[in-house]
Amino acid sequence: MAEPAIILENVSKSFVLHLMGGTRLDIVRDVSFAVPPASCTVLGGPSGAGKSSLIKMIYGNYRVDSGRICVRTGDGMVDIAAAAPRTILRLRQRTIGYVSQFLRVIPRVSALDIVASHGLGEADVNRDRAVALLRHLSVPERLWALPPATFSGGEQQRVNIACGFMAEKPVLLLDEPTASLDQRNREAVVELIEQRKAAGSAIIAIFHDQSLRDRLADDVIDVARHAAVSVSAHGG
Amino acid sequence: MNLDEDQPILEVDAVTRYYGERRGCEDVSFEVYPGEVIAVVGESGSGKSTLLNVLSTELEPTSGDVRFRLRDGRMWSLFEMSEAERRLLMRTDWGFVRQDPAQGLRMSVSAGANVGERLMAVGERHFGRLRAAATDWLTRVEIPGDRIDDAPRTFSGGMRQRLQIARNLVSSPRLVFMDEPTGGLDVSVQARLLDLLRGLVDELGLSAIIVTHDLAVARLLSHRILVMRDGHVIEAGLTDQVLDDPQAPYTQLLVASVLQV
Repeated sequence: MAEPAIILENVSKSFVLHLMGGTRLDIVRDVSFAVPPASCTVLGGPSGAGKSSLIKMIYGNYRVDSGRICVRTGDGMVDIAAAAPRTILRLRQRTIGYVSQFLRVIPRVSALDIVASHGLGEADVNRDRAVALLRHLSVPERLWALPPATFSGGEQQRVNIACGFMAEKPVLLLDEPTASLDQRNREAVVELIEQRKAAGSAIIAIFHDQSLRDRLADDVIDVARHAAVSVSAHGG
Repeated sequence: MNLDEDQPILEVDAVTRYYGERRGCEDVSFEVYPGEVIAVVGESGSGKSTLLNVLSTELEPTSGDVRFRLRDGRMWSLFEMSEAERRLLMRTDWGFVRQDPAQGLRMSVSAGANVGERLMAVGERHFGRLRAAATDWLTRVEIPGDRIDDAPRTFSGGMRQRLQIARNLVSSPRLVFMDEPTGGLDVSVQARLLDLLRGLVDELGLSAIIVTHDLAVARLLSHRILVMRDGHVIEAGLTDQVLDDPQAPYTQLLVASVLQV
């Protein structure tokens, strides 16, 4: 098997809620797995098991309390848990793509411009690819010039997916990308994921839909939650 | 932002400023890289304005140093420069967008003259070129060209703020300080200004230090955040990380206090 593109080693995280008397929520504990290129690893476990949090940690959006999250880059393995902000931004720009559950809307920027801004090529290349993706995901052409603030949930999610598939990056993180989509659009997304897998990306995904999991997963990791809520002695 | 540029443009080294016995800011250190936007957030009295005034040399630090990379690549301590050198820097390589546009603009001269002033300061005397640059910049900040001869006191608050931005950016500065650039504006006017700033910062590859109490402004514009309280930086990091996974009790309080709509 090829060298892994991502390696997680004993990754743990808790939230300490200082406004709630120092309540400590253990999110994930000692999670270890590796993902080779051209494969899809699905995170399993019940709702609240920390799947989304784990994806956010791999993206550098949440901090890691202990353990390592190493991602292969052109310059060798980089540990996101210890990386400087600029290194994380560089990883996001070139190495790690991410489709979050919700689109963060920017006032006054059109759907097409938002999608195109995620490309790494020249302006016209990005625009062409953005058009192709919006078309593939059946976002009606009359919406392309509008800011997505007023779009339906499913339309916003498709714009979000288009953003995530603009640049071909070696690692792709997908957080319930098909949650608010109908059958036809779900198939359009599956096609994009399969293309990216065939092109060599290491994919880590959360799917609530069992049939998608069965079709796409090469590996399933159970992100079991170890400890429930405990209140620390030094709250406040 | 140019992520391959590994030489900072500004180095802030243990900057401390006291007003007599009272602490303005204490032991603040960070770097700014080319094209990087840093947001300094905190409530009134947290020391963020003191810090900005020291960085922009309007206040001398009690101790500590601030170094800026000149166009020839040398790092220079700002407080070792002569007053004249600092003033030249302010007019060419730096911009300062103030919360109150009346402080950053000359209110009784025309919009065109406000934009042209910095170009004249670096030696441009050709009227046609000055006027063309002014027209171009008014358009870029969405002020109709036919207002070029009007004085900013006839402008709305949002227009004045956009004019102040044009006045600062016309000389292609490498570092821009912004003090609550959207403060005091209506929400719809704020959104337009923010979008404009976001586009310009991106397109021009500006480095900027933005002081704001508005976390939404910080999220939209900045790469990194410094959270200040009682004169100290209590938390710093990648903007989305600090806002989505705040560690310090005070940062958690700030984030939790934002109303969701």
